[in-house]
Amino acid sequence: MALPNTSTPYLFFTGKGGVGKTSLSCATGLALADAGKQVLIVSTDPASNLDAVLGVGLGQTPTAIPGAPGLFALNIDPEAAAHAYRERMVAPYRGILPAAAIQSMEEQFSGACTVEIAAFDEFSKLLGDPAATVGFDQVIFDTAPTGHTLRLLTLPTAWDQFIASATGGASCLGPLAGLEKQKDLYAAAVKRLAHPAETTVILVSRPEGSAFREAERTRGELAELGIQNLQLAINGVFTTDRQDDPIAVAMAHRATAALAQMPATLVDLPSTTIPFLPKGAVGLDALRQMADTELTPVPETNSCLPKTALPPGLAALIEDLVKPGHGVIMAMGKGGVGKTTVAAAVAVVLAQRGYKVTLSTTDPAAHVAATLNGSVTGLTVTRIDPAWEVAQYQQEVLKKAGNSLDAGGRAMLEEDLRSPCTEEIAVFRAFARTVDAGKDGFVVLDTAPTGHTILLLDAAEAYHREVMRTQGDMPEAVRELLPRLRDPNFTRVLVVTLPEATPVQEAERLQDDLGRAGIAPFAWVINQSLLASGSRDPVLCQRGGYEAPFIERVQKNLATRCALIPWLEEIPVGPAGLANVVR
Amino acid sequence: MKKLEVFDPAMCCSTGVCGVEVDPALAQFAADLKWVQDNGVTVERHNLGQEPQAFADNSTVVKEMEAGMDRLPVLLVDGHIISTGLYPSRQQLAQKLGIALTTAVKPRIKISSDCCSPKSGCC
Repeated sequence: MALPNTSTPYLFFTGKGGVGKTSLSCATGLALADAGKQVLIVSTDPASNLDAVLGVGLGQTPTAIPGAPGLFALNIDPEAAAHAYRERMVAPYRGILPAAAIQSMEEQFSGACTVEIAAFDEFSKLLGDPAATVGFDQVIFDTAPTGHTLRLLTLPTAWDQFIASATGGASCLGPLAGLEKQKDLYAAAVKRLAHPAETTVILVSRPEGSAFREAERTRGELAELGIQNLQLAINGVFTTDRQDDPIAVAMAHRATAALAQMPATLVDLPSTTIPFLPKGAVGLDALRQMADTELTPVPETNSCLPKTALPPGLAALIEDLVKPGHGVIMAMGKGGVGKTTVAAAVAVVLAQRGYKVTLSTTDPAAHVAATLNGSVTGLTVTRIDPAWEVAQYQQEVLKKAGNSLDAGGRAMLEEDLRSPCTEEIAVFRAFARTVDAGKDGFVVLDTAPTGHTILLLDAAEAYHREVMRTQGDMPEAVRELLPRLRDPNFTRVLVVTLPEATPVQEAERLQDDLGRAGIAPFAWVINQSLLASGSRDPVLCQRGGYEAPFIERVQKNLATRCALIPWLEEIPVGPAGLANVVR
Repeated sequence: MKKLEVFDPAMCCSTGVCGVEVDPALAQFAADLKWVQDNGVTVERHNLGQEPQAFADNSTVVKEMEAGMDRLPVLLVDGHIISTGLYPSRQQLAQKLGIALTTAVKPRIKISSDCCSPKSGCC
């Protein structure tokens, strides 16, 4: 079969968002179940679409998948897990401690770290305790987008080291104090992850340079964590014999070129290649087709004209975006949908019109610099680098508070600065700083994948409350952040998506999440439309045809303003290439 | 041997670095507690967010919280309240606990945020 083949009891699928981790983990699980195994698929993605792919509603306990004997799935919702955790900690004290005390405890448990940690706790229950998955031959983790995945995977070691070295006792375990008892469970989880006979990690990538770079980065980080049993799955490789369709030729050529330039460390891994499927991968039939090496030939068609009225190009939005003369523009959406491209294209056009523009990214993979491969007058490109921000913050704190401390006090402070919350705080400060620059010019932010973005905004909320409570000398940029993000005249959010089932669903979820935070998106941008590309290739046409209902849904039901970018023959890199995006 | 108990408001960590901005008073207090401990006093520190049971078990502290959450932190020496609503300085701690201050441990006057904000000029 064309799917990763492994007999280890635990399988992880990881990779840049949108590369098809969920489809592949489901197809692999289904193939294993069809071969007689008992298989459990687990999603820990805060924006999971496992339900949609498998076509059944899932909960936090294994649900049997109808039509696939032996296949079970469950969804770990970190928000729900955090809520349950909060209840577990707080409930016993209702009626015993004053209401105000209960309220202040609850507030302590509503931060972003609690969500992360609660999710991790659930995850390590499955991985660290064999009894939790008894009866299953194999457990497949359809992990969340890369940034989130990495944190999830690095957490066991981080916490393992942290707990082992936290000799101070009353130090900064924070909301985690209640979890410290589970040290053995975490240790078991770490061991499982790094044991080659127990765990296989499958790096999923599209045949694209940026996706390969991300896979290579992940490979390196996993290797550092001692996780060596890795495989590579290259998903959606398009090939064609025809020379008469420029889009098809460009797409096949791009895949070939990317494969040829694949990092040597990835080439060395055992790998599988999954061809480009015209039908997508939602539902059991489509998933079973992924396992077939033989592709059903697609009949020739004469026309590929859209049956739906397509939205205008990105240029139509620029006029409205430019109007206020300053402010923040944020491209949001799940990883892999092209936020970087959209953000960079908007930034370039605004700069070319003579505005002062800062393009900034919180994406840990930092593709912005790679995409904007040249400079434009008036355009500054910056990156929020978490590691650097943390180091800066630690230095600043030690300078401010460390001098008045004796050696013991300093050691305690340093220990607290090693906690995971420190990164949240440090990165958030940088984000606030960047948004502040929108007072004088335009700031275009290419934000991190959905799950991370949601956490960032959650942190913003918690941060906001914290600001209201303390009287400390808060930087003004931070104090004004959330009101600014909520001000439609200051901040305009572009929801970026692809014209496919899962990305649209995820973008819709993102819009709902933003709504809860009091932020209404300015517009939706549908990226990489094959339907609008002008291709006549039968495979691409068939795939393009599947876009129509999603484009229509975005236009009619989801977006107040909408723009569409066709799949482009030329890779949109550099000022000239990016200008192509805005048409 | 004397016993000092500190009942902190719900906070992420005892040095306060997980807050919005690090509070030097908290970091100093953490260091002062260590110093108190080194001088033979038993120190117990409880954070409402992490150890609610310690609060629930202590009727004196519950009574204070009922009067207002701003009474936290509450400091008890052998069960008797020595301060509420602020973190005492090393000098004040020394006085309440009967520890002799030597020149080597010259105290730094720290004023808690409850008494004044850093911008008010009183610090």
